[in-house]
Amino acid sequence: MRTRRGGATTLALPWPVWVPAVVGFGLIAVPVAGLVLRTNWADFGALITTPAALDALWLSLQTGLVSTALCLLLGTPLALVLARSDLPGLAVLRSIVLLPLVLPPVVGGLTLLFLLGRTGPIGQLLDAWFGITVPFSTEAVVLAQTFVAMPFLVVSLEGALRTAGERYEVVAATLGAPPLTALRRVTLPVVLPGLVSGSVLAFARALGEFGATIAFAGNLQGTTQTLPLLIYIQSQNDLDGAVAMSLVLVVVAVLVIVATRTRDVSGVR
Amino acid sequence: MSGARRLVVTALAAALALTVTGCGSSDGEQQPTRTLTVSAAASLTDVYDGLKPRFEQANPGTTVVFNFGGSDTLSQQVVQGAPADVLATASTRTMQTAQQAGRIAGEPVTYATNRLQIAVQPGNPKQVTGLPSLVGPQVTESVCAPAVPCGAATEAAERAAGVTLDPVSEEQDVRSVLQRVQTRNVDAGLVYVTDVRAAGGQVQGVDFPEATAPGAAQNYLVGAVVGGQADLADAWIRFVTGPQGDAALQQAGFTLR
Repeated sequence: MRTRRGGATTLALPWPVWVPAVVGFGLIAVPVAGLVLRTNWADFGALITTPAALDALWLSLQTGLVSTALCLLLGTPLALVLARSDLPGLAVLRSIVLLPLVLPPVVGGLTLLFLLGRTGPIGQLLDAWFGITVPFSTEAVVLAQTFVAMPFLVVSLEGALRTAGERYEVVAATLGAPPLTALRRVTLPVVLPGLVSGSVLAFARALGEFGATIAFAGNLQGTTQTLPLLIYIQSQNDLDGAVAMSLVLVVVAVLVIVATRTRDVSGVR
Repeated sequence: MSGARRLVVTALAAALALTVTGCGSSDGEQQPTRTLTVSAAASLTDVYDGLKPRFEQANPGTTVVFNFGGSDTLSQQVVQGAPADVLATASTRTMQTAQQAGRIAGEPVTYATNRLQIAVQPGNPKQVTGLPSLVGPQVTESVCAPAVPCGAATEAAERAAGVTLDPVSEEQDVRSVLQRVQTRNVDAGLVYVTDVRAAGGQVQGVDFPEATAPGAAQNYLVGAVVGGQADLADAWIRFVTGPQGDAALQQAGFTLR
């Protein structure tokens, strides 16, 4: 592979690539720049340090991290099954796993509510047996975020697993490594970059999650009001506050992406 | 491959021909139609949808198109130059926003009000009697977030009653509160009389005295947008504030002004 950083051998991109690339970049970057222009800098500090804003930021970071951990815990095995097993109907299974990408998040949240709400088939049992009410809790926020974020991890990891192929595992097996050891010592280290980028995508998606959360978990400061929910509610009557907090969300997301990108590159090379 | 492409081209050409002739024939037969665009608060959806065919019948050649949404969003859109003829908001403040930007022609009309009710399960199993009976863990309730109009009304009612509610969730709009009660995920919710009415028998409304406190009632205003079709806008405003509009509003649970 040739890279710019490598120096001598840089492949020139054909010129027709540049124009749409610049337009595409502008489509994303210009509105974000507009956000910066619209920000009330005089009151910025006060706007992003209100109790509600700090509660929401803290809750977003917490739930985003827990959701990402859940995605890793459940999504990694799921990606392994999709990439390496010979289950019948694997294509159907994969399309079901990808559904949250297509489904409007609010619909995802409503289905979670119908399933786990007080009158839902599972919610009813949880209530009767353990006295647990899932909606309107921080756990509900995590569930909603995991629901929408997991496909991002599964897709990138499955891609990485397919690209890597099975040859190293075959070698490990011929050298006498049991399957679990091969998985732990060979497969996972090989696809680590995919695992990292998948986790970053999942975290970013969880951080920005709105529809499923407000439908399933509701909106209460300190318990279920994440940053996107607070931003939406604030945008109804305090645009300055909403814009300022959006900027905070953007900064957090950029920091996470930049931090993991550099690490992931140095890990590969 | 080339056969398939030829098929696609033929189909496209046929579709185009149909569209062109379709336009041509309607142009030839009918007088030019006019479109009245009404930006209206989401809580007016049922009433306005019901009034539309009757207005169109009374004004031949006119088609009414609605843009339903939150009053804040709608008034912002009008301020930003959205092409609307009529603005109908669910609060005085949002109408003033558009007025101060010089986007409303003449004086808007305040023609109806809406008041809060406590929506509970049919039969009122938790025996909710008023705001104080909602406080405490034995009754779970959902309300609108203070930033949205129904939430501001709820806060005003709470102040008047001297109680602080302990909701499990503060929703982004009043229909979300209603949905929580309908799906039985909460015992009670503060919504408007019109929402209880719209839910049919699925919820029951409980009146409470503080619903008429200052700031708790919601005003409905309608005004003509500057730069719109003034004659059609006035016709719509006269229609919704006239006998037919009054009857529809009352049936939906609004109080006339």
